[in-house]
Amino acid sequence: MSGRALAAIISAGLSKFGKLEGLSSREIFLSAAKEAFDRCPNLNPKKDIKSLFIGQMSESSEHQGHTGALIADWLGLNPIPSVRLESACASSGAALRAGVQAIMSGLVETVMVGGVEKMTHLSTFDATEYLALSSDNFLEQWHGFTFPALFALIARAHMLKYKTREEQLAAVAVKNHKNGSKNPKAHIQKEITIEQALNSRIIASPLRLFDCSLISDGASCLILTKPEVAKRYTDEPVYIVGTGQASDTIGLYERDDLTSLNSIAMAAREAYRMADVGPDDLDVAEVHDCFTIAEIISYEMLGLCGKGEGGTFIESGQTEMDGKIPVNTSGGLKSKGHPVGATGTAQAYEIYLQLTGQAGKRQVEGAEIGLTQNLGGHGSTSIVHIFKRNI
Amino acid sequence: MEEIAFRRDERKEIYPTIENFYKFCGMGKLMAVRCSRCGRLVLPPRPMCPECYSTDLGWIQLSGRGRLETYSEVYVPPKNFASKSPYIIGIVRLAEGVALPGQIIVDRGEKAEVGMELRVDFESAPAEGWPQWPRYFFRPVDRK
Repeated sequence: MSGRALAAIISAGLSKFGKLEGLSSREIFLSAAKEAFDRCPNLNPKKDIKSLFIGQMSESSEHQGHTGALIADWLGLNPIPSVRLESACASSGAALRAGVQAIMSGLVETVMVGGVEKMTHLSTFDATEYLALSSDNFLEQWHGFTFPALFALIARAHMLKYKTREEQLAAVAVKNHKNGSKNPKAHIQKEITIEQALNSRIIASPLRLFDCSLISDGASCLILTKPEVAKRYTDEPVYIVGTGQASDTIGLYERDDLTSLNSIAMAAREAYRMADVGPDDLDVAEVHDCFTIAEIISYEMLGLCGKGEGGTFIESGQTEMDGKIPVNTSGGLKSKGHPVGATGTAQAYEIYLQLTGQAGKRQVEGAEIGLTQNLGGHGSTSIVHIFKRNI
Repeated sequence: MEEIAFRRDERKEIYPTIENFYKFCGMGKLMAVRCSRCGRLVLPPRPMCPECYSTDLGWIQLSGRGRLETYSEVYVPPKNFASKSPYIIGIVRLAEGVALPGQIIVDRGEKAEVGMELRVDFESAPAEGWPQWPRYFFRPVDRK
């Protein structure tokens, strides 16, 4: 099925990301859905949408489970089937993939996929424990391993083996904040300096505050349909041409090479093959920069640069807005924010804007092919999608 | 020593579970299981070999010696560890080839270093909550 369209995005919506005081998940999701509905006047949601897939990491933040049914109800879409998918921070990447699979199966023609998370009301303690849920409870959390600490272990291993430097990690944060300063929906729309990043306090050595993504509230969604009928809804659909997903050990300690995140490479290989696209063909990418080291390793695993070269690759400027392959034009998880369950489809939202020329001040001119890479936990799940403007 | 109640299988063997692994820690023993069919060393113990799916796995005691592969000093801890912050966590490659995550306890003024030799030690069970498992941790091997 090399190179053919698997599904088409006919609309997309994103809530503001940030500290959304007074709003709960259901209301935040509605603001994303409203944008998607308004953007596509030819869509009749009640008539056309036949299934819902909603990513959300944990029910503990609002003591609210059964999010699939909740969102269907609040969207006025009963009685269509609706499920919540959980794959830690890759929950809505999983929702997107489930939606693509549902369309490919022929069971449904048009679906809504999305994700939501409400996190900013949690204390630092509670947020720390919330995020750690995606690692091995009995071996990692039980011994006081936090999520930043797990990525710190990866960072130290990478720095030792490949001479990756703190300045290179900081360069990821500086780039993503520069991009996020042009995104009106980003959580923190402010540029930062490399000195600020390097002088920020240590969270888990060697990672500092500015190596960590943000704890945010937010929601995102996409409307997908069968490629053959996409033009009924919009003149400018974006086609999904590749999907890949892979799993790795739930415990970091079980991996032979701590400097790699192999699930990214495995998911990318599947998606590239399906799309008949290689890393050199990409015009724009959104990658999972939950920590700066994750973006650097993502470059390597996606084949944007060689193994161990991620540090020099960020310094080369090739992933800047005017570089060969702009990465995280939205600001990424670092500046746009990381409401974990919403992140996967929020990445796809940015690529949708880029490929339809709607990305405003952060538009990559003439972008035709884009990629999203969504990570669950410390790489225990990876999901990659590839998008094309023209088929 | 106080009698420890292990969960056992139908053959009355100690079942290869996480809880039994930690119960051994309470007895001062770091234990893994080895698959009787394919020989794979499985740590933490699992009831089924991930390689060949055999359920015939036998307990063996590990040396508890290893080297530090990578580490981090944690300044933003979860609530249960707040009183210990900052503390060091790391991944230790044991002499037997398998690895374990754990806390690295060093003397005041001493620093963690990748490659340093470590030995396992054990703390007593915490008083409250679930699970009530005694933790293992690692200390530098005494240098002469």
